[in-house]
Amino acid sequence: MKYIDEFRNKDLIARLAVLIRMSATRPYSFMEVCGGHTAAIHRFGIPSLLPENIKLISGPGCPVCVTGTDFIDKAISYSRMDNIIIATFGDLMRVPGTSSSLEKEKATGADIRIVFSGLESLEIAKSNPLKKVIFLGIGFETTAPGTAVTMMQAKELDVRNLLLLCAHKVMPPAIETIMREGTDIDGFICPGHVATITGSSIFDFIPDNYNIACVITGFEPADILMSILMLIRQVNSKISKVEIQYSRAVKPDGNILARKHMDCVFEKCSASWRGFGPIPESGLALNKEFEEFDAEKKIPVTVTPLQENELCICGKILRGLYSPADCTLFANICNPNNPLGACMVSAEGTCNSWYRFRL
Amino acid sequence: MAEYISINHGSGGKLTHALINRVFVDSFGLKLPLTDSAILDCKGSSLAYTTDAYVVDPIFFPGGNIGNLAVCGTINDLSVSGAVPAFIAASFIIEEGFPLKDLTLVSESMAREALDAGVKIVTGDTKVVEKGKCDKLFITTSGIGFLRSGLEYLSEARLVKPSDKLIINGPLGNHSIAVLGARNNLSFTTPVTSDCASLNELIRTVMDSCPSVHFMRDLTRGGLAAVLNELTAMTGLGIVISESSVPVDDPVRGLCEMLGFDPLYLANEGKVLMVVGDDDSEKVLEILRAHHLGKQSAIIGEIAPEKNKTVIIQTSVGGKRILDMPSGQQLPRIC
Repeated sequence: MKYIDEFRNKDLIARLAVLIRMSATRPYSFMEVCGGHTAAIHRFGIPSLLPENIKLISGPGCPVCVTGTDFIDKAISYSRMDNIIIATFGDLMRVPGTSSSLEKEKATGADIRIVFSGLESLEIAKSNPLKKVIFLGIGFETTAPGTAVTMMQAKELDVRNLLLLCAHKVMPPAIETIMREGTDIDGFICPGHVATITGSSIFDFIPDNYNIACVITGFEPADILMSILMLIRQVNSKISKVEIQYSRAVKPDGNILARKHMDCVFEKCSASWRGFGPIPESGLALNKEFEEFDAEKKIPVTVTPLQENELCICGKILRGLYSPADCTLFANICNPNNPLGACMVSAEGTCNSWYRFRL
Repeated sequence: MAEYISINHGSGGKLTHALINRVFVDSFGLKLPLTDSAILDCKGSSLAYTTDAYVVDPIFFPGGNIGNLAVCGTINDLSVSGAVPAFIAASFIIEEGFPLKDLTLVSESMAREALDAGVKIVTGDTKVVEKGKCDKLFITTSGIGFLRSGLEYLSEARLVKPSDKLIINGPLGNHSIAVLGARNNLSFTTPVTSDCASLNELIRTVMDSCPSVHFMRDLTRGGLAAVLNELTAMTGLGIVISESSVPVDDPVRGLCEMLGFDPLYLANEGKVLMVVGDDDSEKVLEILRAHHLGKQSAIIGEIAPEKNKTVIIQTSVGGKRILDMPSGQQLPRIC
């Protein structure tokens, strides 16, 4: 299969692994920010191909993991109201809220539908004119343009019964928070799909302000190993910069049209991140022109914030300070069938990946 | 004018009898008068007995429908236990308003599947529920098979030992993807057809000439990953499989990449895992490949000596990881 097989070529992978082994002359810690990378790294068994002096740390890039409990609780409140259809990406179904989940609400009769894109929720709204359809918008710069286009179309077609409960976030402020609080990271495996939209310059502050290596990376095993090699070479040469490994998808300028759509619909706001708390300017909210589609403005709900299990260290795992093996709950009472912490919920979460794949 | 099932078809009265006579008696070759039980002559043989409920959505999908799926599923459950499937009972729960023509199509395909597999549908039941109380049609089939003598060990995996080879009879995931593609809420269609098939003849052919098959299981819900994990739990031994030796058709692979599914976790309806003594593995492979349901058979791994109950997969790129039991449902109502 084109664009897949060549990046999973066993000989190429073996050669990259040898080059990495030869270049790695000291201990290195690299953080993969994106949950897609975390999943790919474990699915292909990348850790088993790396020498012991290279440590991969999973960062805050699984959108499901960093979505606050209050968001799930709000979605659950809406799902319990009459004449409301919730449209959501499948990943959110099992995320535990304070006392329930969307999956449990669906089982007891709530009308919750899994969609693969925001535009599907628009179709649901069109075919259910007497009901309100609330789309749960989550994700980073990768999924936000899709939501933006959905809202623009809803406005253009005058579909007034589609609403957005928005938890879209942008990536750089979270990375900045990690850097400010201090971690032991030598380089970032930067999120390729985010950069496809934003371009490479949003990561410039990392080498400029913190002198840390950055490589924008694709999602196939050869991409990831190539990027690890590029990061090692940057660290060894003591010159930090933003390099694009994923050049078949990422242009330095990114996708200008997609950003224009985002600017047209969203404005920056403070957002609460599971494990981090509120981070200023890190969230996206519908702007004045689109506020009529804002679920929270149209149908206000109040929820009480959750007391997270005090033994759960997801927050520290998301910051790269600890690994799942350091958690007393991990694989014990916290597992994919009974996720207590955010990182166990989604297939892209660090703990979930460790539980399922790690030897 | 099109005819539909009404709530009165489930009354047990005239309409019920008319429906049964019209749709089921002829196609299944049922003996009249219909009695409450079928009387079977078993001649002192050990029996294998199984039952399954089918709720697949949609009921018609590329490569099959809920009817032949139900018959194949029951035949396969009996066959992998070392039994020769003989009799099937079928119960129908029908939603009021269901088109009679569709019910006829389903029953005819059941009859055809049973006839081809040399199995008799001998008894059944029909109930109708109000509109909205079930989704179109649910079928439960039970099956009885005669256990081939000396094969009691097959389903218990008692003879499985280190260095035994793991063989599957073809590409994985086709049934799940075919059903998924047939659901009209997805904005794409797929060229994939279900692998739904009765495996009794394929299995009989192997067992006739090669008795060193130590374990068999059909790869339905939970896919290969679930069966391998069940096997490690039964034997206490480890398993090592090689990802690149597991056949997966390109369209299935492509859709899995796109939708985030792993073909090793997807349900199949015409695939069996055989665990075979090392010495006989090539012979079994040859027999399987000579059969039309086993052309793409492959040895995918082996039983490891470690007593760690862990399934390890060597990934296509040369890495290693755990292949865990599936948690949660990848795709609901796939069979």
